[in-house]
Amino acid sequence: MWRVGTVVALHDETATARTITLEVSDWPGHVAGQHVDVRLTASDGYSAVRSYSIASAPNAEKRVELTVERLPNGEVSPYLTQEVAIGDPLEMRGPIGGWFVWRAQQTEPIQLVAGGSGIVPLMAMIRSRALAGSTAPFRLLYSVREPQAVFYREELQALSDQDHSLGLTYAYTRVAPKDWPRPAGRIDAALIANIAWPSKIVPTCYVCGPTSFVENASRLLTASGNDPEKIRTERFGPTGERQ
Amino acid sequence: MGVISRGFSGRRSAADVKLPPGHYLTTDFPVLSAGPTPHVSLDRWEFVIDDGANVLRRWDWKSFRDLPTETFTVDIHCVTRWSKLGTSWEGVSLDTMLADVKTDASHAMVPSYGDYTTNLPLNDLRNKQAWIAFRFDNKDLAPEHGGPARLLVPHLYLWKSAKWVRGITLMHQDKPGFWESLGYHIYGDPWREQRYSGDE
Amino acid sequence: MNSNIDDYLDGNAAAGELSNIFAMDVTAAEGQCAHCGVIKRFAEAHVYMQGPGLVARCSVCQHALLRFVSARQRVFLDLRGLTCLILDRSQLVESGR
Repeated sequence: MWRVGTVVALHDETATARTITLEVSDWPGHVAGQHVDVRLTASDGYSAVRSYSIASAPNAEKRVELTVERLPNGEVSPYLTQEVAIGDPLEMRGPIGGWFVWRAQQTEPIQLVAGGSGIVPLMAMIRSRALAGSTAPFRLLYSVREPQAVFYREELQALSDQDHSLGLTYAYTRVAPKDWPRPAGRIDAALIANIAWPSKIVPTCYVCGPTSFVENASRLLTASGNDPEKIRTERFGPTGERQ
Repeated sequence: MGVISRGFSGRRSAADVKLPPGHYLTTDFPVLSAGPTPHVSLDRWEFVIDDGANVLRRWDWKSFRDLPTETFTVDIHCVTRWSKLGTSWEGVSLDTMLADVKTDASHAMVPSYGDYTTNLPLNDLRNKQAWIAFRFDNKDLAPEHGGPARLLVPHLYLWKSAKWVRGITLMHQDKPGFWESLGYHIYGDPWREQRYSGDE
Repeated sequence: MNSNIDDYLDGNAAAGELSNIFAMDVTAAEGQCAHCGVIKRFAEAHVYMQGPGLVARCSVCQHALLRFVSARQRVFLDLRGLTCLILDRSQLVESGR
Protein backbone atom coordinates (compact mmCIF):
# COMPACT_ATOMS: atom_id res chain seq x y z
CA MET A 1 0.00 0.00 0.00
CA TRP A 2 2.69 2.53 0.95
CA ARG A 3 5.57 2.90 -1.47
CA VAL A 4 8.86 4.60 -0.81
CA GLY A 5 10.23 7.07 -3.35
CA THR A 6 13.65 8.71 -3.30
CA VAL A 7 14.01 12.42 -3.89
CA VAL A 8 16.21 12.88 -6.95
CA ALA A 9 15.58 16.52 -7.83
CA LEU A 10 14.17 19.72 -6.36
CA HIS A 11 13.08 22.78 -8.30
CA ASP A 12 11.55 25.98 -6.97
CA GLU A 13 8.52 27.04 -8.99
CA THR A 14 7.87 30.23 -7.01
CA ALA A 15 9.02 31.75 -3.72
CA THR A 16 6.67 29.39 -1.88
CA ALA A 17 6.26 26.36 -4.14
CA ARG A 18 8.65 23.62 -5.02
CA THR A 19 8.57 20.64 -7.36
CA ILE A 20 9.95 17.42 -5.90
CA THR A 21 11.00 14.68 -8.32
CA LEU A 22 10.86 11.19 -6.88
CA GLU A 23 12.18 7.94 -8.23
CA VAL A 24 9.81 5.13 -7.22
CA SER A 25 11.18 1.75 -8.21
CA ASP A 26 7.83 -0.07 -7.88
CA TRP A 27 5.72 2.68 -9.43
CA PRO A 28 2.83 1.03 -11.32
CA GLY A 29 2.31 4.00 -13.62
CA HIS A 30 -0.36 6.66 -13.35
CA VAL A 31 -2.88 8.66 -15.33
CA ALA A 32 -2.82 12.47 -15.57
CA GLY A 33 -5.00 13.98 -12.85
CA GLN A 34 -4.28 11.39 -10.18
CA HIS A 35 -2.74 12.23 -6.83
CA VAL A 36 -0.72 10.59 -4.10
CA ASP A 37 -0.98 10.70 -0.32
CA VAL A 38 2.40 11.55 1.24
CA ARG A 39 3.11 10.37 4.79
CA LEU A 40 5.73 11.87 7.08
CA THR A 41 6.67 10.04 10.26
CA ALA A 42 8.49 11.53 13.24
CA SER A 43 10.95 9.43 15.25
CA ASP A 44 8.33 8.88 17.98
CA GLY A 45 5.94 7.34 15.49
CA TYR A 46 3.66 10.34 15.04
CA SER A 47 2.66 10.63 11.41
CA ALA A 48 0.89 13.14 9.18
CA VAL A 49 -0.64 12.44 5.76
CA ARG A 50 -1.41 14.97 3.00
CA SER A 51 -2.56 14.61 -0.59
CA TYR A 52 -0.62 16.10 -3.52
CA SER A 53 -1.47 15.96 -7.19
CA ILE A 54 1.05 14.39 -9.53
CA ALA A 55 2.45 17.11 -11.79
CA SER A 56 4.26 14.86 -14.25
CA ALA A 57 2.86 13.04 -17.25
CA PRO A 58 2.78 9.26 -17.26
CA ASN A 59 6.23 8.17 -18.40
CA ALA A 60 8.39 5.07 -18.60
CA GLU A 61 11.01 6.24 -16.10
CA LYS A 62 9.32 5.45 -12.76
CA ARG A 63 9.62 9.13 -11.89
CA VAL A 64 6.89 11.13 -10.24
CA GLU A 65 6.85 14.90 -9.77
CA LEU A 66 4.88 16.65 -7.08
CA THR A 67 4.53 20.43 -6.87
CA VAL A 68 3.93 21.51 -3.28
CA GLU A 69 2.85 24.96 -2.12
CA ARG A 70 4.02 25.99 1.32
CA LEU A 71 1.12 26.95 3.62
CA PRO A 72 1.85 29.49 6.37
CA ASN A 73 0.48 27.24 9.14
CA GLY A 74 1.06 23.95 7.40
CA GLU A 75 2.40 20.91 9.18
CA VAL A 76 3.66 19.03 6.14
CA SER A 77 4.16 21.59 3.37
CA PRO A 78 6.88 23.59 5.17
CA TYR A 79 8.82 20.34 5.59
CA LEU A 80 8.40 19.34 1.94
CA THR A 81 9.30 22.75 0.57
CA GLN A 82 12.19 23.56 2.90
CA GLU A 83 13.57 20.49 4.69
CA VAL A 84 13.47 17.65 2.20
CA ALA A 85 16.82 17.00 0.52
CA ILE A 86 18.02 14.99 -2.45
CA GLY A 87 18.42 11.39 -1.41
CA ASP A 88 15.67 11.48 1.26
CA PRO A 89 13.01 8.77 1.20
CA LEU A 90 9.35 9.80 1.03
CA GLU A 91 6.44 7.47 1.69
CA MET A 92 3.47 7.68 -0.60
CA ARG A 93 0.23 5.89 -1.31
CA GLY A 94 -1.23 5.80 -4.77
CA PRO A 95 -1.76 6.74 -7.50
CA ILE A 96 -5.26 7.64 -6.41
CA GLY A 97 -8.31 8.67 -8.39
CA GLY A 98 -10.16 7.38 -11.44
CA TRP A 99 -12.58 10.19 -12.21
CA PHE A 100 -10.58 13.41 -12.31
CA VAL A 101 -8.27 12.00 -14.98
CA TRP A 102 -7.50 12.65 -18.65
CA ARG A 103 -6.34 9.88 -20.90
CA ALA A 104 -4.68 10.36 -24.28
CA GLN A 105 -7.43 8.27 -25.89
CA GLN A 106 -9.83 11.16 -25.23
CA THR A 107 -10.22 13.22 -28.39
CA GLU A 108 -12.99 15.65 -27.41
CA PRO A 109 -12.27 19.34 -26.66
CA ILE A 110 -11.02 19.89 -23.13
CA GLN A 111 -11.58 22.99 -20.98
CA LEU A 112 -9.18 23.22 -18.04
CA VAL A 113 -9.86 25.74 -15.25
CA ALA A 114 -7.18 26.12 -12.57
CA GLY A 115 -7.34 28.17 -9.38
CA GLY A 116 -3.93 28.70 -7.79
CA SER A 117 -2.21 25.40 -7.06
CA GLY A 118 -5.12 23.69 -8.81
CA ILE A 119 -2.91 24.00 -11.89
CA VAL A 120 -0.88 20.97 -10.79
CA PRO A 121 -3.10 18.07 -11.95
CA LEU A 122 -4.11 20.05 -15.04
CA MET A 123 -0.42 20.49 -15.91
CA ALA A 124 -0.07 16.72 -15.75
CA MET A 125 -2.87 16.55 -18.33
CA ILE A 126 -1.18 19.15 -20.56
CA ARG A 127 2.15 17.34 -20.28
CA SER A 128 0.49 14.00 -20.92
CA ARG A 129 -1.13 15.39 -24.06
CA ALA A 130 2.22 16.74 -25.33
CA LEU A 131 4.06 13.48 -24.64
CA ALA A 132 1.40 11.44 -26.38
CA GLY A 133 1.40 13.74 -29.40
CA SER A 134 -2.33 14.27 -28.96
CA THR A 135 -4.05 16.98 -30.94
CA ALA A 136 -7.15 17.09 -28.74
CA PRO A 137 -8.14 20.77 -28.52
CA PHE A 138 -7.20 22.06 -25.07
CA ARG A 139 -7.93 25.42 -23.48
CA LEU A 140 -6.56 26.41 -20.08
CA LEU A 141 -7.93 29.21 -17.94
CA TYR A 142 -5.38 29.72 -15.14
CA SER A 143 -6.61 31.95 -12.35
CA VAL A 144 -3.94 33.09 -9.94
CA ARG A 145 -3.45 35.88 -7.39
CA GLU A 146 -0.55 37.65 -9.04
CA PRO A 147 2.11 37.03 -11.71
CA GLN A 148 4.73 35.79 -9.21
CA ALA A 149 2.39 32.99 -8.14
CA VAL A 150 2.28 31.32 -11.56
CA PHE A 151 3.71 27.79 -11.80
CA TYR A 152 5.32 26.45 -15.00
CA ARG A 153 5.14 29.79 -16.83
CA GLU A 154 7.94 29.19 -19.33
CA GLU A 155 6.81 25.67 -20.11
CA LEU A 156 3.20 26.75 -20.64
CA GLN A 157 4.37 29.57 -22.89
CA ALA A 158 6.54 27.24 -24.95
CA LEU A 159 3.78 24.66 -25.31
CA SER A 160 1.16 27.18 -26.34
CA ASP A 161 3.57 28.92 -28.72
CA GLN A 162 4.41 25.74 -30.60
CA ASP A 163 0.94 24.19 -30.49
CA HIS A 164 -2.01 26.23 -31.60
CA SER A 165 -4.48 23.69 -30.34
CA LEU A 166 -3.43 24.56 -26.74
CA GLY A 167 -5.08 27.85 -25.74
CA LEU A 168 -3.78 29.66 -22.66
CA THR A 169 -5.45 32.46 -20.70
CA TYR A 170 -4.30 33.91 -17.39
CA ALA A 171 -6.71 35.61 -15.00
CA TYR A 172 -5.15 37.58 -12.14
CA THR A 173 -7.34 38.02 -9.10
CA ARG A 174 -5.41 40.44 -6.86
CA VAL A 175 -2.58 42.05 -8.82
CA ALA A 176 -2.49 42.11 -12.60
CA PRO A 177 0.63 42.96 -14.62
CA LYS A 178 0.98 46.56 -15.82
CA ASP A 179 -1.09 47.15 -18.98
CA TRP A 180 -2.96 43.86 -18.56
CA PRO A 181 -6.20 44.13 -20.57
CA ARG A 182 -8.35 42.73 -17.81
CA PRO A 183 -8.34 44.39 -14.34
CA ALA A 184 -7.54 42.11 -11.38
CA GLY A 185 -10.58 40.20 -10.18
CA ARG A 186 -12.25 36.81 -9.86
CA ILE A 187 -13.18 34.92 -12.99
CA ASP A 188 -16.69 35.81 -14.15
CA ALA A 189 -19.28 35.06 -16.80
CA ALA A 190 -17.81 37.58 -19.25
CA LEU A 191 -14.40 35.95 -19.12
CA ILE A 192 -15.86 32.48 -19.60
CA ALA A 193 -17.89 33.72 -22.55
CA ASN A 194 -14.77 35.24 -24.12
CA ILE A 195 -12.18 32.54 -23.72
CA ALA A 196 -13.70 29.19 -22.77
CA TRP A 197 -14.81 26.59 -25.30
CA PRO A 198 -18.41 27.31 -26.28
CA SER A 199 -20.64 24.83 -24.49
CA LYS A 200 -22.23 23.77 -27.78
CA ILE A 201 -19.07 21.89 -28.76
CA VAL A 202 -19.58 19.82 -25.60
CA PRO A 203 -16.13 20.02 -24.02
CA THR A 204 -15.17 17.92 -21.02
CA CYS A 205 -14.25 20.42 -18.30
CA TYR A 206 -11.79 19.91 -15.47
CA VAL A 207 -11.88 22.42 -12.63
CA CYS A 208 -9.34 22.33 -9.79
CA GLY A 209 -8.44 24.64 -6.93
CA PRO A 210 -9.71 25.79 -3.54
CA THR A 211 -13.31 24.79 -2.79
CA SER A 212 -14.75 28.29 -3.20
CA PHE A 213 -12.96 28.68 -6.57
CA VAL A 214 -14.27 25.35 -7.79
CA GLU A 215 -17.85 26.15 -6.76
CA ASN A 216 -17.70 29.53 -8.52
CA ALA A 217 -16.07 28.18 -11.69
CA SER A 218 -18.45 25.21 -11.93
CA ARG A 219 -21.42 27.49 -11.52
CA LEU A 220 -20.12 29.72 -14.34
CA LEU A 221 -19.52 26.76 -16.64
CA THR A 222 -23.00 25.38 -15.98
CA ALA A 223 -24.56 28.80 -16.46
CA SER A 224 -22.89 29.08 -19.86
CA GLY A 225 -24.57 25.88 -20.98
CA ASN A 226 -22.26 23.02 -20.01
CA ASP A 227 -23.96 19.91 -18.68
CA PRO A 228 -22.89 19.31 -15.05
CA GLU A 229 -22.06 15.73 -16.08
CA LYS A 230 -19.33 17.15 -18.33
CA ILE A 231 -17.70 19.12 -15.52
CA ARG A 232 -15.21 17.21 -13.37
CA THR A 233 -13.97 18.86 -10.23
CA GLU A 234 -11.25 18.48 -7.64
CA ARG A 235 -11.31 20.62 -4.51
CA PHE A 236 -8.28 21.57 -2.49
CA GLY A 237 -8.47 23.08 1.01
CA PRO A 238 -9.50 26.73 1.22
CA THR A 239 -5.90 27.85 1.06
CA GLY A 240 -5.13 25.59 -1.85
CA GLU A 241 -3.71 22.47 -0.24
CA ARG A 242 -5.68 19.29 0.10
CA GLN A 243 -5.72 18.90 3.90
CA MET B 1 5.68 2.22 11.59
CA GLY B 2 6.45 4.23 8.47
CA VAL B 3 9.78 5.29 7.06
CA ILE B 4 11.14 7.94 9.44
CA SER B 5 11.24 11.35 7.81
CA ARG B 6 14.55 12.96 8.73
CA GLY B 7 14.02 16.21 10.60
CA PHE B 8 10.22 15.96 10.79
CA SER B 9 8.70 16.42 14.20
CA GLY B 10 5.10 17.45 13.59
CA ARG B 11 3.65 20.08 15.87
CA ARG B 12 5.46 20.30 19.18
CA SER B 13 4.64 21.99 22.48
CA ALA B 14 6.60 23.66 25.24
CA ALA B 15 7.68 20.99 27.70
CA ASP B 16 6.53 22.90 30.79
CA VAL B 17 2.84 22.95 29.88
CA LYS B 18 0.71 20.05 31.14
CA LEU B 19 -1.42 18.66 28.37
CA PRO B 20 -3.42 15.45 27.95
CA PRO B 21 -1.43 12.51 26.55
CA GLY B 22 -0.49 13.00 22.89
CA HIS B 23 -1.55 16.64 22.66
CA TYR B 24 0.07 19.79 21.34
CA LEU B 25 -0.73 23.39 22.17
CA THR B 26 -2.42 25.56 19.58
CA THR B 27 -2.82 29.30 19.64
CA ASP B 28 -5.36 29.45 16.86
CA PHE B 29 -8.82 27.87 17.02
CA PRO B 30 -9.15 25.12 14.40
CA VAL B 31 -12.57 24.70 12.85
CA LEU B 32 -13.49 21.05 12.53
CA SER B 33 -16.82 19.98 11.20
CA ALA B 34 -18.77 16.91 10.21
CA GLY B 35 -21.01 18.88 7.91
CA PRO B 36 -22.16 22.27 6.67
CA THR B 37 -22.58 25.10 9.17
CA PRO B 38 -26.27 25.36 10.04
CA HIS B 39 -27.63 28.87 9.91
CA VAL B 40 -30.29 29.28 12.54
CA SER B 41 -31.95 32.64 12.88
CA LEU B 42 -32.43 33.80 16.44
CA ASP B 43 -36.15 34.14 15.97
CA ARG B 44 -36.37 30.43 15.17
CA TRP B 45 -33.77 29.19 17.69
CA GLU B 46 -34.95 27.14 20.62
CA PHE B 47 -33.46 24.88 23.26
CA VAL B 48 -35.64 21.96 24.34
CA ILE B 49 -35.13 19.53 27.22
CA ASP B 50 -37.23 16.42 26.71
CA ASP B 51 -37.28 12.83 27.90
CA GLY B 52 -37.92 11.32 24.50
CA ALA B 53 -41.68 11.53 24.94
CA ASN B 54 -42.48 14.83 26.62
CA VAL B 55 -41.04 18.31 26.47
CA LEU B 56 -39.89 19.24 29.96
CA ARG B 57 -38.48 22.71 29.37
CA ARG B 58 -38.22 25.00 26.34
CA TRP B 59 -36.52 28.34 25.81
CA ASP B 60 -36.53 30.62 22.81
CA TRP B 61 -33.55 32.95 22.31
CA LYS B 62 -35.07 35.76 24.37
CA SER B 63 -35.98 33.61 27.37
CA PHE B 64 -32.63 31.82 27.12
CA ARG B 65 -30.80 35.16 27.24
CA ASP B 66 -32.84 36.20 30.25
CA LEU B 67 -31.23 33.41 32.25
CA PRO B 68 -28.31 34.28 34.54
CA THR B 69 -24.98 33.86 32.77
CA GLU B 70 -21.41 33.25 33.80
CA THR B 71 -18.09 34.15 32.29
CA PHE B 72 -15.48 31.47 32.64
CA THR B 73 -12.07 30.49 31.38
CA VAL B 74 -11.28 26.87 30.56
CA ASP B 75 -8.86 24.65 28.64
CA ILE B 76 -10.27 22.69 25.73
CA HIS B 77 -8.93 19.47 24.21
CA CYS B 78 -9.84 18.07 20.81
CA VAL B 79 -9.47 14.40 19.98
CA THR B 80 -7.48 15.42 16.90
CA ARG B 81 -4.70 16.23 19.41
CA TRP B 82 -4.82 19.98 19.79
CA SER B 83 -5.36 21.73 23.10
CA LYS B 84 -6.18 25.37 23.56
CA LEU B 85 -5.60 26.77 27.01
CA GLY B 86 -7.24 29.67 28.76
CA THR B 87 -10.24 30.09 26.45
CA SER B 88 -12.79 32.57 27.73
CA TRP B 89 -16.51 32.21 27.28
CA GLU B 90 -19.84 33.45 28.45
CA GLY B 91 -22.73 31.05 28.85
CA VAL B 92 -25.54 29.65 30.95
CA SER B 93 -24.60 26.87 33.34
CA LEU B 94 -26.36 23.57 32.77
CA ASP B 95 -27.03 23.63 36.52
CA THR B 96 -29.27 26.63 35.83
CA MET B 97 -30.97 25.00 32.86
CA LEU B 98 -31.57 21.72 34.69
CA ALA B 99 -32.57 23.41 37.94
CA ASP B 100 -36.32 22.78 37.66
CA VAL B 101 -36.04 19.52 35.78
CA LYS B 102 -37.08 16.57 37.91
CA THR B 103 -35.69 13.41 36.44
CA ASP B 104 -34.14 10.10 37.32
CA ALA B 105 -32.49 9.87 33.94
CA SER B 106 -28.86 8.79 34.02
CA HIS B 107 -27.72 10.00 30.60
CA ALA B 108 -28.31 12.66 28.00
CA MET B 109 -28.24 12.77 24.21
CA VAL B 110 -27.39 16.24 22.98
CA PRO B 111 -28.59 17.07 19.45
CA SER B 112 -27.38 19.92 17.26
CA TYR B 113 -29.09 21.73 14.41
CA GLY B 114 -28.07 19.50 11.51
CA ASP B 115 -27.53 15.80 12.14
CA TYR B 116 -24.90 15.85 14.87
CA THR B 117 -25.48 14.26 18.27
CA THR B 118 -23.33 13.36 21.24
CA ASN B 119 -24.10 11.49 24.46
CA LEU B 120 -22.82 11.79 28.02
CA PRO B 121 -23.79 10.95 31.62
CA LEU B 122 -26.20 13.51 33.06
CA ASN B 123 -23.86 13.98 36.03
CA ASP B 124 -21.19 15.30 33.65
CA LEU B 125 -23.55 18.12 32.71
CA ARG B 126 -24.09 19.07 36.35
CA ASN B 127 -21.93 20.54 39.11
CA LYS B 128 -20.33 23.43 37.25
CA GLN B 129 -18.96 21.17 34.54
CA ALA B 130 -21.00 22.35 31.54
CA TRP B 131 -22.48 25.45 29.91
CA ILE B 132 -24.52 26.51 26.93
CA ALA B 133 -22.03 29.07 25.64
CA PHE B 134 -22.93 31.94 23.32
CA ARG B 135 -19.90 34.23 23.57
CA PHE B 136 -16.24 33.39 23.00
CA ASP B 137 -13.34 35.74 23.56
CA ASN B 138 -15.68 38.67 24.26
CA LYS B 139 -17.53 38.34 20.95
CA ASP B 140 -20.73 36.59 19.93
CA LEU B 141 -19.92 32.97 19.16
CA ALA B 142 -19.21 32.72 15.44
CA PRO B 143 -21.22 30.21 13.38
CA GLU B 144 -18.13 28.19 12.43
CA HIS B 145 -17.42 27.67 16.16
CA GLY B 146 -20.98 26.66 16.97
CA GLY B 147 -22.87 29.95 17.16
CA PRO B 148 -25.44 31.06 18.12
CA ALA B 149 -24.88 28.64 21.03
CA ARG B 150 -22.94 25.47 21.73
CA LEU B 151 -22.56 23.06 24.58
CA LEU B 152 -19.24 23.32 26.38
CA VAL B 153 -18.04 20.41 28.54
CA PRO B 154 -14.31 21.09 28.90
CA HIS B 155 -13.42 18.06 31.01
CA LEU B 156 -14.22 15.76 28.06
CA TYR B 157 -12.89 15.74 24.50
CA LEU B 158 -14.28 18.63 22.51
CA TRP B 159 -16.47 16.43 20.29
CA LYS B 160 -18.75 16.20 23.33
CA SER B 161 -19.17 20.00 23.26
CA ALA B 162 -21.85 19.93 20.58
CA LYS B 163 -21.85 22.96 18.30
CA TRP B 164 -25.19 24.51 17.26
CA VAL B 165 -26.81 22.80 20.22
CA ARG B 166 -30.60 22.64 20.23
CA GLY B 167 -31.47 20.69 23.35
CA ILE B 168 -31.05 17.67 25.58
CA THR B 169 -32.88 14.37 25.46
CA LEU B 170 -32.81 12.65 28.83
CA MET B 171 -32.24 8.90 28.74
CA HIS B 172 -32.32 6.06 31.24
CA GLN B 173 -29.50 4.26 29.52
CA ASP B 174 -26.53 5.37 27.51
CA LYS B 175 -26.78 5.45 23.72
CA PRO B 176 -23.97 6.41 21.36
CA GLY B 177 -24.13 9.63 19.37
CA PHE B 178 -22.64 10.57 16.00
CA TRP B 179 -18.98 9.74 16.67
CA GLU B 180 -19.56 7.32 19.54
CA SER B 181 -21.45 5.03 17.16
CA LEU B 182 -18.52 5.01 14.77
CA GLY B 183 -15.57 3.94 16.93
CA TYR B 184 -15.11 6.82 19.34
CA HIS B 185 -15.17 6.30 23.09
CA ILE B 186 -18.56 6.44 24.78
CA TYR B 187 -17.21 8.76 27.54
CA GLY B 188 -14.09 10.51 26.22
CA ASP B 189 -11.83 11.62 29.10
CA PRO B 190 -8.77 13.25 27.52
CA TRP B 191 -6.65 12.70 30.65
CA ARG B 192 -7.16 8.94 30.42
CA GLU B 193 -6.77 9.19 26.63
CA GLN B 194 -10.17 7.64 26.00
CA ARG B 195 -10.26 8.34 22.28
CA TYR B 196 -11.69 5.16 20.81
CA SER B 197 -14.15 2.54 21.99
CA GLY B 198 -12.16 -0.11 23.79
CA ASP B 199 -9.67 2.38 25.27
CA GLU B 200 -9.62 1.92 29.07
CA MET C 1 -13.33 35.48 0.15
CA ASN C 2 -16.73 33.96 0.73
CA SER C 3 -16.92 33.21 4.43
CA ASN C 4 -20.11 31.25 3.89
CA ILE C 5 -18.29 28.51 2.04
CA ASP C 6 -17.88 25.56 4.35
CA ASP C 7 -14.56 23.81 4.61
CA TYR C 8 -15.33 20.71 2.57
CA LEU C 9 -13.37 18.83 -0.05
CA ASP C 10 -14.75 16.16 -2.35
CA GLY C 11 -14.68 12.44 -2.98
CA ASN C 12 -11.21 12.69 -4.56
CA ALA C 13 -9.76 13.65 -1.18
CA ALA C 14 -11.37 10.66 0.53
CA ALA C 15 -10.15 8.11 -1.99
CA GLY C 16 -6.76 7.48 -0.37
CA GLU C 17 -8.27 6.62 3.03
CA LEU C 18 -11.00 4.55 1.42
CA SER C 19 -8.49 2.63 -0.69
CA ASN C 20 -7.80 0.69 2.52
CA ILE C 21 -11.26 -0.81 2.12
CA PHE C 22 -12.31 -0.61 -1.50
CA ALA C 23 -10.32 -2.61 -4.01
CA MET C 24 -11.78 -0.57 -6.84
CA ASP C 25 -11.53 3.18 -7.37
CA VAL C 26 -14.25 4.94 -5.42
CA THR C 27 -14.03 8.37 -7.06
CA ALA C 28 -15.51 7.21 -10.37
CA ALA C 29 -18.12 5.08 -8.58
CA GLU C 30 -21.72 6.15 -8.87
CA GLY C 31 -23.59 6.37 -5.62
CA GLN C 32 -27.27 6.79 -4.88
CA CYS C 33 -28.19 8.97 -1.93
CA ALA C 34 -30.50 7.05 0.39
CA HIS C 35 -32.23 10.27 1.42
CA CYS C 36 -32.99 12.15 -1.80
CA GLY C 37 -32.38 9.41 -4.37
CA VAL C 38 -30.03 11.39 -6.59
CA ILE C 39 -27.28 9.38 -8.30
CA LYS C 40 -23.92 11.11 -8.61
CA ARG C 41 -20.23 10.32 -8.93
CA PHE C 42 -18.64 9.83 -5.55
CA ALA C 43 -15.94 12.32 -6.65
CA GLU C 44 -18.59 15.04 -6.46
CA ALA C 45 -19.63 14.27 -2.87
CA HIS C 46 -18.85 16.95 -0.30
CA VAL C 47 -16.28 15.48 2.07
CA TYR C 48 -15.61 16.77 5.57
CA MET C 49 -12.42 15.15 6.80
CA GLN C 50 -10.56 17.48 9.13
CA GLY C 51 -12.37 16.33 12.25
CA PRO C 52 -12.48 13.05 14.17
CA GLY C 53 -13.56 11.15 11.07
CA LEU C 54 -14.54 11.45 7.44
CA VAL C 55 -18.09 12.29 6.39
CA ALA C 56 -19.07 12.28 2.73
CA ARG C 57 -22.32 14.16 2.08
CA CYS C 58 -24.71 14.31 -0.83
CA SER C 59 -23.98 17.57 -2.68
CA VAL C 60 -27.71 18.03 -3.26
CA CYS C 61 -29.39 17.33 0.09
CA GLN C 62 -26.34 17.33 2.46
CA HIS C 63 -27.28 14.03 4.11
CA ALA C 64 -24.36 11.81 5.08
CA LEU C 65 -23.70 9.21 2.38
CA LEU C 66 -20.82 7.52 4.13
CA ARG C 67 -18.96 7.96 7.42
CA PHE C 68 -15.50 6.58 8.16
CA VAL C 69 -13.24 6.48 11.20
CA SER C 70 -9.73 5.06 11.33
CA ALA C 71 -9.22 4.08 14.97
CA ARG C 72 -5.89 2.44 15.74
CA GLN C 73 -6.40 -1.26 14.99
CA ARG C 74 -9.92 -0.92 13.59
CA VAL C 75 -11.67 0.96 10.85
CA PHE C 76 -15.36 1.90 11.16
CA LEU C 77 -17.51 2.41 8.10
CA ASP C 78 -21.15 3.51 8.02
CA LEU C 79 -22.75 3.19 4.59
CA ARG C 80 -26.40 3.72 5.61
CA GLY C 81 -26.59 6.94 3.60
CA LEU C 82 -25.97 5.12 0.31
CA THR C 83 -28.68 2.99 -1.26
CA CYS C 84 -25.98 1.55 -3.43
CA LEU C 85 -22.50 2.20 -4.76
CA ILE C 86 -21.56 1.06 -8.26
CA LEU C 87 -17.83 0.49 -8.74
CA ASP C 88 -16.05 -0.34 -11.98
CA ARG C 89 -14.03 -3.54 -12.02
CA SER C 90 -11.68 -2.16 -14.66
CA GLN C 91 -10.62 0.50 -12.12
CA LEU C 92 -8.67 -1.60 -9.67
CA VAL C 93 -6.88 0.55 -7.11
CA GLU C 94 -3.12 0.92 -7.74
CA SER C 95 -3.29 -0.39 -11.28
CA GLY C 96 -2.82 3.18 -12.45
CA ARG C 97 -4.01 2.19 -15.89
